[in-house]
Amino acid sequence: MAELRRTPLYDLHLAQGAKMVPYAGWEMPVQYPLGVMAEHLHTRAHAGLFDVSHMGQIILRGADAAAVLETLVPADIQGLAPGRQRYGLFTGPEGGILDDLMIANKGDHLLLVVNASRAEHDLAHLQGLQGVTIEPVTDRALLALQGPEAAEVLARLVPEAARMTFMDARDADWQGVTLWLTRSGYTGEDGYEISVPAKDAVRLAEALLAFPEVAMIGLGARDSLRLEAGLPLYGNDMDDATSPARAGLGWSIPKLRRPGGARAGGYPGAEAIGAELAEGARVLRTGLRPQGRAPIREGVELFAGDEGGEAIGKVRSGGFGPSVGGPIAMAELPRGLAPGDVIWAELRGKRLPVEVVALPFFKPNYKR
Amino acid sequence: MLKYTEDHEWLKQDGEEIVVGITAHASEQLGDVVFIDLPEVGREVEAGEEIVVIESVKAASDISAPIAGVITAVNEALSDTPGQVNDDAMAAWFFRIKPAAGTDLSGFLDDAGYQALIG
Repeated sequence: MAELRRTPLYDLHLAQGAKMVPYAGWEMPVQYPLGVMAEHLHTRAHAGLFDVSHMGQIILRGADAAAVLETLVPADIQGLAPGRQRYGLFTGPEGGILDDLMIANKGDHLLLVVNASRAEHDLAHLQGLQGVTIEPVTDRALLALQGPEAAEVLARLVPEAARMTFMDARDADWQGVTLWLTRSGYTGEDGYEISVPAKDAVRLAEALLAFPEVAMIGLGARDSLRLEAGLPLYGNDMDDATSPARAGLGWSIPKLRRPGGARAGGYPGAEAIGAELAEGARVLRTGLRPQGRAPIREGVELFAGDEGGEAIGKVRSGGFGPSVGGPIAMAELPRGLAPGDVIWAELRGKRLPVEVVALPFFKPNYKR
Repeated sequence: MLKYTEDHEWLKQDGEEIVVGITAHASEQLGDVVFIDLPEVGREVEAGEEIVVIESVKAASDISAPIAGVITAVNEALSDTPGQVNDDAMAAWFFRIKPAAGTDLSGFLDDAGYQALIG
């Protein structure tokens, strides 16, 4: 097995008492002494600091970078104003999802943030493009500061952070260090992702941790936060066999890129993806709440009735939602199920009732 | 006197019955406990039989019956407030078991033995 990579914050994690685990080829903190539940609740109440340096940061340069990237990503990137960021998908030739990503227009270049588990794939995928240069960013860490007090805290160090709204992207100076800020995240909370030079990352993290509102938060709580916010995770809720419509991500593909739109198609899998968006998917990412207290986790089979029959789907992400106060899950299930419908999960040989609910489980608090 | 299993259960003799829970070390390893599925009272169990499911925020784990016998009581309060296991593992008992004839607890770890196990 290849050696696990370490982020610039590795020693800080150890000093903070983190439990480190392998994740997507990196040695990452899954939790700190506070514990997953308290870390989750801290983020919803105050501000949580996450090390997301394992994620891939990639710069795309070229006069037509936006148009070129649109040949891989069915989003409106040419219409993305400087200083703004947008969510998008790399699609595959069969209409599946190769990764999900953030795309920021930084004026003279695009900045992409991709999943750690897909960074190597995405870089190779981008290398096939003509007319752009691809620069993997290898000398910067990425921090996320998330929660209702994130904006107030960050503004103490970087005043202009307060003037950004949801999905703004801008550079800001902190003590002579240039930070690449976006007002975004993946927890359902207001907050920022902060790209900082690797050599300054610990100093910035310590400056943030000096405020009583801020605590380090591990990957365990990051997962329960994103699940409560109804945000899909690559590798769980979507993969190269899951189409955008099935994953509930059709919203990221504007009319402009759909059949009949001004820039329709022109990306991998466009025909299948466009047709499915028009007709509606047969199966959809669906929210579930078990009626009992037992969590239903990834892989648990779901049935229409309390005995017999074929499985109608499987849980793709599931666990306990600390802010919801009970178990929650997302599964791919046949279209036509409505909130309030009851289906059954088979857990340890028993069928347990599970209610279909609208996503998200926990309403996001973005600063729009 | 308390005894321990290598699976991080504690056993306490109380009259004819044995009270069983998990250790603080085990609860720390599990993380925040969010669900506990307890056996039915009156169930006859074999030693090593998996009779309790504990779900933490991280994963599901099984707890085995440390000895053969009959379940005489379960701690129903854990169903509603499973977090008691994290707050005070020694107080948060799981079940009471009436040992089968001939049960001998002398093979289990004593306190010093358990402390050595978890280092």
